[in-house]
Amino acid sequence: MNLKYWPFYVLGLWLALALIASLVDFHPNQIHLDFILARPSIQHLFGFDDLGRDILPRLLDGAQVSLLVVVLVTIITGSVGVLLGLVSGYYGGWIDRTLMQITDIFLAFPGILLAIAFAAVLGAGLSNLILALCITSWVGYARLTRAQVLSLRQRQHVMAAQSLGASTPRIMLKHILPLLLGPLLVEATYSMSGLVIAEASLSFLGLGIQAPNASWGAMLRDGVRYMLIAPHYVLAVGLSLMSLVLAVNILGDRLRDYLDVRG
Amino acid sequence: MIKRLLGILPVLFGVLLLTFFLVHIVPGDPVEVMLGESATSADRIQLRADLGLDQPIYVQFGFYLNKLAHGNLGKSIHSKRLIIEILAERFPATVKLALLALSFAILLGIPLGLVAALNVKKWPDKLANFLSLLISAMPHFWMAPILIMVFALWLGLLPVSGMESSSSIVLPALTLGFGLAAILTRMTRASMLEVLHDDFIRTARAKGLMEHTVILRHALRAALLPIVTVLGLQLGSLLAGTVITETIFSWDGIGRLLVESIEKRDYPVTQACVLVIALLYVMVNLVTDIIYTKIDPRVRFAS
Repeated sequence: MNLKYWPFYVLGLWLALALIASLVDFHPNQIHLDFILARPSIQHLFGFDDLGRDILPRLLDGAQVSLLVVVLVTIITGSVGVLLGLVSGYYGGWIDRTLMQITDIFLAFPGILLAIAFAAVLGAGLSNLILALCITSWVGYARLTRAQVLSLRQRQHVMAAQSLGASTPRIMLKHILPLLLGPLLVEATYSMSGLVIAEASLSFLGLGIQAPNASWGAMLRDGVRYMLIAPHYVLAVGLSLMSLVLAVNILGDRLRDYLDVRG
Repeated sequence: MIKRLLGILPVLFGVLLLTFFLVHIVPGDPVEVMLGESATSADRIQLRADLGLDQPIYVQFGFYLNKLAHGNLGKSIHSKRLIIEILAERFPATVKLALLALSFAILLGIPLGLVAALNVKKWPDKLANFLSLLISAMPHFWMAPILIMVFALWLGLLPVSGMESSSSIVLPALTLGFGLAAILTRMTRASMLEVLHDDFIRTARAKGLMEHTVILRHALRAALLPIVTVLGLQLGSLLAGTVITETIFSWDGIGRLLVESIEKRDYPVTQACVLVIALLYVMVNLVTDIIYTKIDPRVRFAS
């Protein structure tokens, strides 16, 4: 085992654990009244929560939710954002001005504020959480793609394709998009670690998945509530979340260096 | 500068439009959702009229803009008070917290970045890199419990939460400030490394200036310019961070107000909080842009 690759191991571990938890039922919602806030032990590595539920299976359940949200939102916002960016950058003119104006408006809401607002009015629940994150996280892809397309469309191979009479969709997909994949991959990686945090933030505020189902954000909220008497709860969830975010961030750094994408 | 000022008008309009629509995308009947099932029909009709929901949507937006122009953000459904009054009460606490967090981030981040840049690839640089990487992976709701456990529980130095004593502000400000400090460290380091290779630094050294004059007066000054612009943008994540940080520390600012309003389904207050934070953010960025053109001689003389 080469320690250089630890972000891959951590990410792989969480993916594997989430996958296993989706196939095998570890009874994450089972309550043991004798074990309320019990400290970690050999049989129960992370101890118990405030309702006497084993924290480890709940962590795995939460990882599953977190990764599901991150993957779904990334696929949806990535496709929409890239498409809008391609159209905006390639056609320019009023289409470009309008789209960029719209992205400016979304960027006027700092951080996850807009996602909080949307999730709040849409109501709690997993699908609304995903919707709220989708509404607010396509902007980065759109702006990145647009900026890249602006310079790429002047390249000679694009002009050659144009003069050979290639259709616009073909030029976009075959001649421009492949050159964008590197920067987009880096953007997607950083965006994913942001989404892990965003999902947890919304769940922390009670806007995500609802009890009794586990999510890291909701567990952290309960953990914070009981941290004075049972610090193991908040530590277990916080360290899990941090390990995942850290791994994805470092993966992003490595990808950026490897693909030589400027930040 | 006038062009810049005019440039934000469409953004402001869009921000207003988006916040206006927030109340309209509530699934089902917003009045039902906000008042709950126990409300009388008189209450419902009253609220519907208060919110203007009996009018066509463009008329409602017109009313909304008109009310805003008169500083009227509507009334809280829960407490029946004017929202503008509630905001005026809560606003200073958030500004105080954000400013303290910002100062802390600057005082920690810039010197650390400077030290890292002057010791590239040596242990201070590696330590600074490691710390900033670690802290970037710590959202506020994870930073807060750690700080509380260390400073309030184990060391017993600071209060856990609330606003009673004057030291109550320290932990929430540290929670918000650490994240920004990590970003500032990395930016200062990168910016310094770039500047240190510039010709004017070689000139400054060649004419025999003391090393600390070269570093502080020449290099750092030039390196901090790009940081000013990004600082405005980063202040945004700090503002958004107040939502969770204020909630954890029971700090009565706008952020906590937002969460309370969500819990009570007091959507006009939610709407107002989002609007105020967004407007504040837009203004901060406008001001940073203007400051930037003032302090950077290249931009100043070009325009």
